[in-house]
Formats: sequence, structure tokens, C-alpha cells
Amino acid sequence: MTARSKSVDVAVRAQHKYIPATESEREEMLKTVGVSSVEELFADIPAAVRLGRPLQLPPALSEPELMAHMRTLAEANLHNDRAVCFLGAGAYDHYVPSVVWHLAGRGEFLTAYTPYQAELMQGELQAGYEYQSMLCALTAMDVANASMYDGASATAEAAVMAKDLTHRDEVLISTAVHPEYRQVLHTYTAPLGIHLREVPYRNGITDLGALAQMLSPRTAGVLIQHPNFFGALEDGAAAADLAHRAGGLLMCAVADPLSLGVLNPPGAWGADIVCGEGQPLGGHLNFGGPYLGMLATRQEFIRRIPGRLVGATVDTDGRRGFVLTLQTREQHIRREKASSNICTNEALLALAAAIYMAALGKSGFQKVSELNVRKAAYAKEVITAIPGFRLAFDSPTFHEFVVRTPLPPEEINRRLLPRGILGGAPLGRWYPDLSDAWLLCVTEQRTRAQIDELAAQLEKMR
Amino acid sequence: MYPKDLRYSSEHEWARSEGDRVRVGITKFAADRLTDVVFVELPAPGTKVQYMQPFGVVESVKAVSDLYAPVTGTVVEVNTTLKETPEVVNTDPYGKGWMILVQPDNPKEMDQLMPVDKYLAVIGEKA
Repeated sequence: MTARSKSVDVAVRAQHKYIPATESEREEMLKTVGVSSVEELFADIPAAVRLGRPLQLPPALSEPELMAHMRTLAEANLHNDRAVCFLGAGAYDHYVPSVVWHLAGRGEFLTAYTPYQAELMQGELQAGYEYQSMLCALTAMDVANASMYDGASATAEAAVMAKDLTHRDEVLISTAVHPEYRQVLHTYTAPLGIHLREVPYRNGITDLGALAQMLSPRTAGVLIQHPNFFGALEDGAAAADLAHRAGGLLMCAVADPLSLGVLNPPGAWGADIVCGEGQPLGGHLNFGGPYLGMLATRQEFIRRIPGRLVGATVDTDGRRGFVLTLQTREQHIRREKASSNICTNEALLALAAAIYMAALGKSGFQKVSELNVRKAAYAKEVITAIPGFRLAFDSPTFHEFVVRTPLPPEEINRRLLPRGILGGAPLGRWYPDLSDAWLLCVTEQRTRAQIDELAAQLEKMR
Repeated sequence: MYPKDLRYSSEHEWARSEGDRVRVGITKFAADRLTDVVFVELPAPGTKVQYMQPFGVVESVKAVSDLYAPVTGTVVEVNTTLKETPEVVNTDPYGKGWMILVQPDNPKEMDQLMPVDKYLAVIGEKA
């Protein structure tokens, strides 16, 4: 920078508090690129599509005025700090211990995007390594990557892995997998020549009889979710056995990893790839994102795992250190033949997940998981005791379950909202045959009193 | 460095006729360029391979490259020892570092490959 550009025109800058470039800097830039005005830069845009007038914006506010305005806007949002949330369906209202974001929010971490000079950031890499190690322990898999965008994209990456590993082109996906995961999967896999075929569900779980019929020498893998979108537990071992006998892989999506505090981990019953959503591990609901994509697999498939992978090593003096490893799989080296287009990750969310898991510890994790099961079981009992409300399926569940309702679930939600209760997800939007079905979620956050209050409100509605 | 009894591809694979079959590997030039080979991904026996189409992947500490089949045919044998000792691709590219044995559909396809003097010209080395 020259001395000239350092001399800031204070008066002009004060006029544009949130725009750092001064008038003289702008003129200098225009001169450098050889145009006389900013307008000239837009000469190539046809007049027909130009706005032709200034944007209609309210006059500039002072900072205190702006803060007050933003506060008013923020208060118009209803969020789970104020509402009693019985909504799940892929985003889960778990308690986030204050230590998680107290540590994750430290400047050393908060500013860290995916490391470009990775090895300079040993703390960041160590956090990634610990996240990977804990995810492996949780899923009983050998290797996990340093995270992906979210549960849906991680699930799509799992399908791509299955295709590459088996050199087959068909993926069978259960309709009891999150409908939005399936939608992302369609978007992701169609251009890659992967054929997706949907396996029906029966009584709230994947119809294994139908699955057995659909398997063929083209089957790269079978994708189930466990617990599935309806909250029900799948027979993962049986599905894995069917997939393996057909020469395919079994992919298991996990929408809430807290379930693994009570469930047999996918690696123990034969899953080859575990994918899913890590938001429940210390992540806030964040209005739907950023979330945390989890992906773990067996050692033998390590070269097909997408995304960043942190490894432990020793430096020339024998001291322990961390590196990004196996980068030859990645796009910046393999170009179009990379195992994935994704070279980035959700480092901050993965860090929060690592702190969450470490803070709870093994026994704490199991306790939270058990609380979810017990509270959901209690809610299931009191709600289905109300005439007109009955369970849609009788398969065992974790912390979500589907209830058939006497009036449309959308209507129930409308009536609950003024009471400060966020009702469950109406399923008709994704499953036309389940238009009277309501997917409720009960986490450890819900108290007995809140569950009783929900039941009391429903009692009035029948 | 570049045996006279082999035929060479423009993608730096070598092919050796063994009876009616063809043994395939990568040349000393390719192995040197890759530097230390750490992993070789090969097809299963029975896989069909196509002339100048990728049949596998070789990975070094620096790069990853596709392996191209110098003949069209069926893989009858794969060098499974490369799983544990991929470094033999560097130390013994024409011997222990071989990759696949192919039953060619048309043995005459070998004629399309370069003899050693032509290959040496391609890589800019003297005979």
C-alpha cells in the first residue's frame, strides 16, 4: 500500500460507517481499471434488467437506533429458549452446556475457517483429531473425517462412496430415511450416474422383504436411517446382512447421535458407512444451519472417504503433532477424480461437538440419552391415553414417535402456538398417506410438567 | 532402465507378452516422477479392461494418477503383494512391481504400443 491510500478521508468515511472504501480510494480504483465512473462498470448489463432508480431504503440509523431496530426484529422470532419444543424431524433441541460455546467461541477457534496453512494451526487440528476419535468411539467405526456440511450432504457423500467402492451404480434407500436427506441425495447423485430406488416402509420401519426383492448385482449399497425418520428403530443387522449378501454396502444415517448413548453402534451390527447429523452434539438449532455432517467408515475404505482427514504424527524431534492426511484423495490434487467436491468442513461445529462429548463423558452421554428415551416414553403414554390420539406404528422408538391425530396436525400446531408450544412435524407434507400423522420429539429438555401441559391442551382439542 | 522386450504406452505403462497373456506395470520414468508410491488400487480378477481406459489408481506421497490399460481384455491375475509393499513399484517396476495380468481380446493390439526406442524419445532419454 502506498502512503496515499493510508491517509483516510475521515469526513467521507464518517458518512459511510459500514463501507470502508473512501471516495478518493474509489476514484483511485476506477482510474486504475480505466473507467470514469462506477456506472460505467455496469455498462454490459442490459438496460431492460436494470432497476433504474436508487434502492428504496429507509434513512440511515445511528448505532443505538439500529441496535433497537434489530432487537425488535429478533424478538419477532419464536425460538426454543422461549417456546416449549416438541419438534424434531432432523433438528434437535438438546441442552447445550455453557462450557461448549464458552470454549468454542474463543478467538483462537472462532476465526478459524478450514485451515489453509493447516499445520500451522496445531490446536485446530488437534480438535479435529479428537472430534474424529470420539465419533469413531461413538459409532464403532475405524475412521471418521473432520466433518462435512450437514447430515443430508454427508448422507449423499456416503452414497457416492458406495458407488466408488463397489463399482456398482444403484443405491437402495429406505423411505423411512429423512425425506429432505433423500431429496438432497437425488440432487447430488443423479449427475454422477447413481440410480436411486426407494424401499417402502411397513409399520414405521424399512420393509426388509421388499428390500430383499430389490437387491441385485447392480446394488452398490443400502441406505437406512437408525433411528429412522419416524423415530423407530430399524433392524440394522438384518438390513446389513441382506446388503452384504448381495455384494453391497450398508450405509446408516444417524439424525441424532445422542441415540448412540443407548443403542448398539452401527459399526457393531455391520454398517460399512455411518453418516448423519451432528448438530445435536453441542450445536444450537441455528434456524436450520450451520449444521455438522458426520461421516465415518471402516479402515479398508479410508481412501474413498471424502473431505478433510486429520492424522496424528511426530515431528523431526519426535514430538506429537497433527497433519491433514491422505490429501491425495482431495480435489486440489486429484481434480475431477477426487473422492468428493468437498475440501472444506464445519470445523467450528466439529469442535463444539468434541467439547460437548468430552464435557458429558461416557457416563454423562449415556445418562442424557436415557433421559431422552424415558421422557419420550412418558409422553407417548400420556398422549396416546387421550381418546382419538393413537400410535401410528408399534415399532420401538428413541425420542421421536408418530401419533395419528383426530384433527389435522397442522391445526393442532396452530392452536398450540399461542400457548408457547411448538408442536410436532405434520407428516402429510412428505407422506400423503400420513396426512393425519404427527411426528413428536421429546428430548431431555422437556419436563414432566411441560409434557402434562401438552397432553392437557390436546385433551381440550378432541 | 527400459527393457527392450517390453512395449510402452503414452501413459507410461509397460506391457510384456507372456504366452498368450500380457503383464502390465508402470515404467521407471512414471515411478520416478510419482516419487514414493504408497498405494495401488487394482481391479478384481475377471474385470474387463479397455485399451487406454483407466483400470486402477496409483498413489504416491505427492500425487494420484490413473493407470491405463495398454490392451483390451480380461484381468486374470492381480499383484496382491502391492497392498502390503507398494514401494516395489519404485524399486522394481518391471519385476515385483507388476500390476495386472491380462488375457487380451486381440493380441495384435500390442502392436499399437511403442517399442523401447520410440518410448525413450517420448520421455526425452537416450537409448
